[in-house]
Amino acid sequence: MYKLWATIVKDFRLLSRDRVGLIMMFAMPILLVIVITSVQNSTFELVNDNKISLIIYNKDSAQQGLKLIQTIEKIGMFRILVLPGKQQEKEIPQLMHAKDALVALEIPENFSSLIETKAKDIAGRSLKDFGLEGDTERSVLPSVSPLILYYHPVLQQSFRQSINGALESALQVIQGDEIVRNLYSALHEKQIPATLENDILHSQVPITEIPVSRGGGRNIPNASQHNVPAWTLFAMFFIVISLGSSVVREKKSGSFMRLRTLPTSYMTVLFSKQITFLIIAFLQTAVIFAIGVWLFPHIGLPALNMPSDLGALLLVTLICGWCAVSYSICVGVFAETQEQANGFGAISIIILAAIGGLLVPSFAMPASFHPLMKMSPLHWGLEAYYGLFLEGGNLHDIMMNILSLLVITLLIQLITYLGLKRKNLI
Amino acid sequence: MSNLAIQIEDLAFSYPGRSGLCLSHFNLEIFAGERFGLFGPNGAGKTTLMHLMTGLLHYKQGSIRLLGRDVKKHNKAFNSLFGLVPQDFSFYPELSAVENLSFFGAWSGLNGMEIKKRTDELLETLGLNDYRSMPVGKFSGGMKRRINLAIAVMHHPQILFLDEPTVGVDVQTRHAIIAYLKYLNEKGTTLVYTSHQLNEAEELCERIAMIDEGNIIAIDNLENLLNHHQQEGLEGLFLTLTGKAYRD
Repeated sequence: MYKLWATIVKDFRLLSRDRVGLIMMFAMPILLVIVITSVQNSTFELVNDNKISLIIYNKDSAQQGLKLIQTIEKIGMFRILVLPGKQQEKEIPQLMHAKDALVALEIPENFSSLIETKAKDIAGRSLKDFGLEGDTERSVLPSVSPLILYYHPVLQQSFRQSINGALESALQVIQGDEIVRNLYSALHEKQIPATLENDILHSQVPITEIPVSRGGGRNIPNASQHNVPAWTLFAMFFIVISLGSSVVREKKSGSFMRLRTLPTSYMTVLFSKQITFLIIAFLQTAVIFAIGVWLFPHIGLPALNMPSDLGALLLVTLICGWCAVSYSICVGVFAETQEQANGFGAISIIILAAIGGLLVPSFAMPASFHPLMKMSPLHWGLEAYYGLFLEGGNLHDIMMNILSLLVITLLIQLITYLGLKRKNLI
Repeated sequence: MSNLAIQIEDLAFSYPGRSGLCLSHFNLEIFAGERFGLFGPNGAGKTTLMHLMTGLLHYKQGSIRLLGRDVKKHNKAFNSLFGLVPQDFSFYPELSAVENLSFFGAWSGLNGMEIKKRTDELLETLGLNDYRSMPVGKFSGGMKRRINLAIAVMHHPQILFLDEPTVGVDVQTRHAIIAYLKYLNEKGTTLVYTSHQLNEAEELCERIAMIDEGNIIAIDNLENLLNHHQQEGLEGLFLTLTGKAYRD
């Protein structure tokens, strides 16, 4: 036991003298969590507060084009810039670049006549179905010129779909408005009152969002709840950079030769490294969570709400940390050089994070990736953290995730042991 | 047989992936309390032999017995019987002399009290007391050699293997190290020593073995060897036995 204690003291002394390494282990993860949370948070804000720049080129000189613009404005999602005068289509991309707009909408010349003719046609047929006399003559629809949506190539498909959905709903609103106007004037032979038109078109049934939680609480998930646990986990596994190369450095140093001739097993070195770096992983987590809780509100980010079951949080952190440390030691044992340990370690963690659902949510991944996803320890760690932070669950709810993580950790330990045996290190 | 510190019988060894044997049918006996020197040109097999005796390399054929115990079959506790002073510096340069001695002392099986006592004793004896808290990475070459030696003798080993312990040091440090090694030998420690410093060998070793291409080509005390080969000094004897061609 004294040997283990002496080795832990030695490891902490070595760490404390590697100031750059310490900065890497603490400052970089903190920076990572702050940057990612800020970016994700501003993505929410882009939709909710910042608004998307939309250039509208209205070729329609009649009423419906203007009405469409007003309706799009009411959605609140866009910051609209209407182009004055006549433009050439080919100038629109240049204007988008110049105005830093992600999307542009071209309203065709015959837009009003299309909307009005369609509305008249639908209203007339509806009245005929009711046995009422209206303008039942089938109108001849003008040839359809579509609305044209230009978009910046950086705009992802999911984002484009949201914009499309918003524009389609605006179109439906003005089409519906025109149909109601036609029906009203056919039935009452006068214009629809403005208040009634407004009630029909804009008094929609409200939608209330309620996040589902296991504990019955209604904490609204925010960018911090999503990102802090996820990127803390990522930072924990990135310990591979310092621990993996520390194992390689020790193997390659002269001191390792001496250690092998002393009456103590090399396993003591590995136990010591596990304990030392597990403490580091715990400290990293504590610091990052503390920043999420206390610092984030002061820098304009939503505060991190800690889960109610702190015991479960402690256990998840312990097992995630142990898994990260075990993985790092395994990389260090098999790597021949520090470059190998750093290169393989870093890239493998990014891959494990990608397939584990840190970069793309697991529900959005193709089914073919699901078996792979289950092999990533980051997936189980993330699910366990989300169970506590987002779903308000307790230890019982995340037990399956913890057990899976434990099995993966034990497998990594076994592989490390076999590697040490093969290399005659124990 | 009971006064044998090391007994090597019919030892054969080759490095994995390399053709030819590094050592073949190798036999050697070193007596307890002896100051024994292993000499030979570069690549003769001296360091390989030392690594085989200390368990750093594993052999498949033959046997090596240290103080009557088979090296191959021993458990880790057996390692406390010997100490190794490797040619390369074997310590943590970021740690101070005291911190290095404390860590390696613990690994050698000493307790906290023993470590403190032995650390003070060794730092004083080897003239490092004034630098006890300085990171050893900042030590001069001579000081590094002394701390390298101190770590190996922390646990009072019965056999001390020294692989070129004075390479790159000044005359004063060399003198101090040789004097300390003689002191250890007087206290009963068997010394197994390799070096290219032949004058040092003449001063330190009671018996020497010349090794070349994995075989012992001469073994005896220095006086007998010089007489037998009609040489006046060890350097002449060395060149007579191993030739003047480069050994790279």
